[in-house]
Amino acid sequence: MSSLNKNTLIKSLLFYLPLFLLFLSVLNEIDFNYLKIEYFSFNFAHILIFYWTLKNPRYLNYGSIFLAGIVNDVVISMPIGLSSFCYLLICAVTAYLRNITIKPNFINDWISFLFTILLVNSIQVISLDIIFLTEVNYMRYLINSGFTFILYPVFVFLFNILEKKIAIQKND
Amino acid sequence: MASSRDDFVIAIRSAFLKKSYQQKFSLLTLIFLSLVVIILGSFNFKAIQYIKIGVNEVIYRSSFIVSIPENYFNDLNIKIKEHLSFYDQYKKNEIELKKLKEKKLSNDFLILENNKLRELINETIQSKDVYAKVLVDKDSPYLKSIVLNKGSKDNVKIGMAIVDKSYLVGKIIEVNYTSSRALLLSDLNSKIPVLLEPIDIHAVLSGTGKNYGVIEYTKDEYKQKLNNDKIIVYTSGYGGLFKPGLPVGKIITNNLNKDDEVNFFSDFRQLDYVKIVAYEIGSGN
Repeated sequence: MSSLNKNTLIKSLLFYLPLFLLFLSVLNEIDFNYLKIEYFSFNFAHILIFYWTLKNPRYLNYGSIFLAGIVNDVVISMPIGLSSFCYLLICAVTAYLRNITIKPNFINDWISFLFTILLVNSIQVISLDIIFLTEVNYMRYLINSGFTFILYPVFVFLFNILEKKIAIQKND
Repeated sequence: MASSRDDFVIAIRSAFLKKSYQQKFSLLTLIFLSLVVIILGSFNFKAIQYIKIGVNEVIYRSSFIVSIPENYFNDLNIKIKEHLSFYDQYKKNEIELKKLKEKKLSNDFLILENNKLRELINETIQSKDVYAKVLVDKDSPYLKSIVLNKGSKDNVKIGMAIVDKSYLVGKIIEVNYTSSRALLLSDLNSKIPVLLEPIDIHAVLSGTGKNYGVIEYTKDEYKQKLNNDKIIVYTSGYGGLFKPGLPVGKIITNNLNKDDEVNFFSDFRQLDYVKIVAYEIGSGN
């Protein structure tokens, strides 16, 4: 009986891990800035949302993604709602990709990811610069997108392991 | 051709409108909701402001708690580096201390003289200090700012100066009930009036989004004088926000791209406690 309860607990914990990671990343802004590497930054939330909503949107529901965007805006002091809009655009792209893909392929996903982050960051930069009249460092955004794109396979590898574990727990 | 267009439309419609996989809201509803939030956020209605303050308070405190492990690693990293350079730093400090002791004697005299001269022209500078802890100091590529644990409850107001030891760090841009956000001098949107000494030239110090600032809107002759002097940047007091004479940084001439960088005296990545200061400059006139 206790083993059954333990299994259910682990199953729930693993299932909600992507959501937990998303809120952790927006509240903490995981940026490794203490390493003091000039220009190094990447958007962990973009990788996380793209991967998990593409894989299966059950792990990250859209309402939570919307809330995470609001939290992100408050933490990094952007106009409230902008990150939510960008995160939901990523979800829209992944939903479209899911609908048109018959056999998933990593390279296709990676290229789609590049297109998505460039689109999302362009919308963010343009709206900040033109609508909200905030001076933005375009180069920083570009470098951020570059590192996010490069680091995508590393996180895919880690998330695949996690996804397998969740699937095993689900089958148990 | 028509069939492929139909497929595209079906895929798009399905992506935006379908409420699959236990989703409570469709994607389109949430996208519209975020657009509504963006539009409402840009209005200055009282109700929206109160909601914003409430949301900020909760999220800032949560962010502080969530950031504790990362901050611990940050502190550990700094401590290890300090231990490694302990002896070299001690030797440097010893030499610097000797020089500073010599300078202090003449400075004490200048301070007394300055106070007497201010009394003669009936000018007084009074300041109200509030000490604050830095709750969140996320070095994001978008904004260089810090969140402090003092707000309107402690009489913090927009525009107040943020000082680390005696060095200017930034100014308050957002005030909530028990917290506030300060824009750092290194942010792209930060612009403050400064005085370059000893060449006595007024200028504007702009942030760059990096860990240094640049000098803007000044006389061309300052470039010629730059090679000869070691230039210190102080606040000029123009605009009335900051007291004149607050040290900000020193100019480092960069020969490679001809941009003169202002190296800030305070390390913005290591701020734990800061002083929020409001200055009242009184004049006999």
